[in-house]
Amino acid sequence: MTVGFIMLCHTALDRAAQVARHWAERNCPVVIHVDRRVAARSFAKLQADLQDLDNIRFSGRHACEWGTWGIVSASQEAATLMLRDFPGVRHVYLASGSCLPLRPVQDMVAYLDERPKTDFIESVTTEDVGWTVGGLDFERFTLRFPFSWRKQRSLFDAYVWLQRKVGFRRQVPNGIAPHLGSQWWCLTRQTLSAILEHPERATIDRYFQKVWIPDESYFQTLVRQVSVSVESRSLTLSKFDFQGKPHIFYDDHLQLLRRSDCFVARKIWPQANKIYAAFMSDDRTRQASSEPNPGKIDRLFAKAVERRTKGRPGLYMQSRMPNENWENGRTAGPYSVFCGFADVFENFEIWLSKASGTRVHGHLFAPDRVHYAGGEHVYNGALSDSAALRDYSPKSFLSGLIWNTRGERQCFQFGPNDDQTLNWFISGDGNAQISVISGAWAVPLFHSNRNFSEIRREAARMQKVEQDYLNILRSTYVKARVRIWSLADFVENPMEPLQTIIDEIGPRQGRRLTEAPRMADLSGFGQFLQNLRNQGMQPILMGDFPVGDDPAPKTSRRGRPYLVK
Amino acid sequence: MGIWARYRLRLARKRWRFRAFRKRRELVSLANRTRAIRPESILVFSTLRNERIRLPFFLKYYRDLGVNHFLIVDNDSDDGSREYLSEQPDVSLWTSRHSYKRARFGADWLNWLQMRHGHDHWCLVVDPDEFFVYPFCDTRPIRALTDWLDASNIKSFPAMLLDMYPKGPLDAQPYREGQDPFEIAQYFDSGNYIFQRNARFGNLWVQGGPRARTFFAEAPEKAPALNKIPLVRWSRDYAYVSSTHMLLPRGLNQVFDEWGGEKASGILLHAKFLDTFAAKAEEEMRRGQHYAASAEYKAYKAGLEAQPDLWCKWSEKYINWRQLEILGLMSKGNWA
Repeated sequence: MTVGFIMLCHTALDRAAQVARHWAERNCPVVIHVDRRVAARSFAKLQADLQDLDNIRFSGRHACEWGTWGIVSASQEAATLMLRDFPGVRHVYLASGSCLPLRPVQDMVAYLDERPKTDFIESVTTEDVGWTVGGLDFERFTLRFPFSWRKQRSLFDAYVWLQRKVGFRRQVPNGIAPHLGSQWWCLTRQTLSAILEHPERATIDRYFQKVWIPDESYFQTLVRQVSVSVESRSLTLSKFDFQGKPHIFYDDHLQLLRRSDCFVARKIWPQANKIYAAFMSDDRTRQASSEPNPGKIDRLFAKAVERRTKGRPGLYMQSRMPNENWENGRTAGPYSVFCGFADVFENFEIWLSKASGTRVHGHLFAPDRVHYAGGEHVYNGALSDSAALRDYSPKSFLSGLIWNTRGERQCFQFGPNDDQTLNWFISGDGNAQISVISGAWAVPLFHSNRNFSEIRREAARMQKVEQDYLNILRSTYVKARVRIWSLADFVENPMEPLQTIIDEIGPRQGRRLTEAPRMADLSGFGQFLQNLRNQGMQPILMGDFPVGDDPAPKTSRRGRPYLVK
Repeated sequence: MGIWARYRLRLARKRWRFRAFRKRRELVSLANRTRAIRPESILVFSTLRNERIRLPFFLKYYRDLGVNHFLIVDNDSDDGSREYLSEQPDVSLWTSRHSYKRARFGADWLNWLQMRHGHDHWCLVVDPDEFFVYPFCDTRPIRALTDWLDASNIKSFPAMLLDMYPKGPLDAQPYREGQDPFEIAQYFDSGNYIFQRNARFGNLWVQGGPRARTFFAEAPEKAPALNKIPLVRWSRDYAYVSSTHMLLPRGLNQVFDEWGGEKASGILLHAKFLDTFAAKAEEEMRRGQHYAASAEYKAYKAGLEAQPDLWCKWSEKYINWRQLEILGLMSKGNWA
C-alpha cells in the first residue's frame, strides 16, 4: 500500500514540479491542482516538465482565492481523481506546492502502514480553538460571506456588522457539528470516499460554499461523521504568525528542520536552495524513525510572535515606540530613586554601593551635568553627561540608561534641584523603587554659608517643588514602590528604613546591615527651622523638630557607628 | 488628524512629485541600462559626488545582497566616479551639473527616477557610505526580506542610520579602494539615541549617537536625524519628503509599533567617519550645498579640531546584525 499526494499549487511551479517528481519517482502517485489564475504558459511548462512520469495527474483547475470555496472544490476533484486512478493508494495526503518532505517517503509509508485506519486531520470544535484570527470562529458557520476578505475588506466587515446587528443566522444542516483545523490533512481511502460519496453531499456542499474559509472546516467537520479513528493533528509542520499567515522556512532553518522529525513542512521559501538540495537527495543519513517532534521550531516561532506582539520591555527604538501605558514595562529593569538620603548621610553613595552591591549614581538629573557613578563623563551605551542632551528628551535618557545596564541595578539621587520632567513617568513605572526623606534638602541649606534671606527664599522654592513631587507620589496612578518619611521620623530611627530598602534591592539577602552611614550633624537644626518660621516661611515637610532638643542618636564624630553590639 | 490637514499633506505630496517632474530636465543620461530591469528586480537608487574610492566596495556589497540594478545620479564628479560607473553592466547613470541643494539634496532627482523606473519595485535608496543591514542578512538574500514583506503586506522598511567610527584620529588609518570600511570604522554608540514622534508626518525622529555626543552636546536639537526608511515597495504616487527620513503618503512612515510590540527593522551602517572625511568636510563647507548652510559640516570641523577621537571606552565593536538586535537597535519583529 502506498500514499498519494494531492498538491495545490499557485506559485513557484518549478519547486512544485521538483517535489512532485521526488514523490512520483518513489512510487507515490501525485495529483496536481494548479490555480486557474496561473498563466497558461507556466502551466504548460509544468505539464511538460512532468510528462515523463505516468503516476502524475493534473486535475481540473479552480480559482483558489484565500478563504473561499475554490480550494475545497479543487481538493474534492483532485481526491476523486486520485481514488479513481490509483487503486493502490490507501492514504491521501493533501499538500501545497510549497511543501517539502523532510523524511524519506519510505518512512512515511511505513508510519502510515502501521496505522492503516487512522485519519490524520486536525479537527477541533469551534469552542476550543484559540487560533482563529479576526475573531470569527462560530460565526464562520452562521453568517454569509459574499465579499472577499482580502480585496473588499470594508464591505466584508460592514456586511458582518450588518448581519450581527440584524441578528441573521444561517441554519446549520442537520447532523453537522462544525469543527475547525489545519487545512493540511492525510485521510484514508475509506474516510475520503465516504466524504466524497456522502448521500447528502449536494446539500452539504451548498452550505459550505457560503462558509468563511471552508478549507479549514469542510473536511474537518465531515471527518467526524464518517471516520472510525481520527487522530486530531496534522502531519504537516506548519506554523502561523499572529496575522494567521504561515511562517516561511529559509536555508538557515535547515538544522532545525532536520531535527524536527516531521514528515512534511510548509512553507519553504522557493529560493531556499540548500534546503531543497538537502531534502530532495536520497543519500540522506537515516535518522532513527521517531515520532514528529517540532518542539524547537514551535519555540522559535512562538518567540517571534511574542516579539512582534509584546516586544522587549523597556525598549524604545525605531520600530517600537509604545503609546503610554502600552509599554509592557516602562523601563527594562528595576532601579531605585533616593531623595534626600545624600543630604542626611555623609558619603551615602559610597555606603549604598557597598551595602547593596549596585551601581549608585549621584544626581542624574542635576542642572549642571549628569552625575554618573564615579564621576564618569560618558556612561554605558556611550551616554553623554551633557545636561542639554539629557533634557532634550529625559525619557529617552532614563529608559536608555536602564536598558543599557540591563542586569545591573541602578540607583540614583534625586531632589528638588533636579529636573522634574520625569516625575510622572517614574512614579508610574513598576520598576522604580522610590524612597523619600521629605524636607532633607534643608540640611545642606542649614550647613551652607549663605545669607539667611537667601536661604529662606531657597527653602520656600524647594519646599514647593518637593510638595508637588510628593503629591504625585501620593496619587492613585502610582505603580512604583514608594516610601516616604519625614526628616524628623527618619532621624529618630534611620536603620530600620535603610534595612527595608536594602532588603528589597537585595542581592545579599538575609544579611543584616553591619555598618551604618554616618549622619550629618543636626545639632541646632530645630533652631534653624524656627528661624525660618520667624522669617515668615512655614517649613512643613521635615516633620516636628522641637527647638533646642537635638535628635536622639547623637552620632559621635569619632569612631564608626556599628550596629552589631 | 483632520480632513484639512490630510488634504494639505496630499497637496504637499503632489507638489514634491511635480517638483521632481520639473527637475527631470536637470538630469543627463550617461548610461541607460534600464531595459535590463525585470518586473521582480530589486533596485538601488543613489546620488553621489566624488566617491570614486568607495564605489567598488559599495557596488560589491549590494550585489552580494542580491540587488539587481543600480540607478545612480552623479552630481558633477571630477574624480573618475562617472567613468567608473558608466562601465558597470548593472548601473544606469545620470549626471547633473545643477545645484544639489536646489534639488533638495538630491531627493528631487531620485524621486523622479523612482517615479519613472521604480514603480512596483522594491527600491532601496542609500548613499554610497550607507550599508544596509537587515535581520538574517548573513544567511538570507535581500529578496527573502522583500518576499516576506510582500507576504506580510508591509510596504516600507525602516533602517536607522548608525554612525561607525574608528578608534583614534580619523586619519590614522587610510581607506584603500575596495576595502571593507568597517575594518577601520569598527565602533558605534550602542545606547544613546533619542526618539521623538513627528505628529505631522507620523514618523519617528531619531537623533543621538557619536555626532550628538561630541559635536552637538550643547545644541541637541541641531543634531542630525538618524531615522531612515530606505526600502520601499515603490509606487509612482509616493514621494520622499526630506532625504529618506520620511515619505508621503504618511502611512508609509508608520514603521513602528505603538502597542508594545516590535516591528521588523534594519540598520544603515554609516561609513562616513574615515580618513576621507576631513577632505569631504572641507569641500562641502566651501560649496555650501548641504543642509542648513552646511552647518553640520561647520560643527564637525570645529568639533574635530577640539576632539579628534569619536571613540570612548563605552564604544561597542561591531560584530554582526545579531549583536545590533540584542542591543535593541534593530529588530527581527515576527520574522524568524
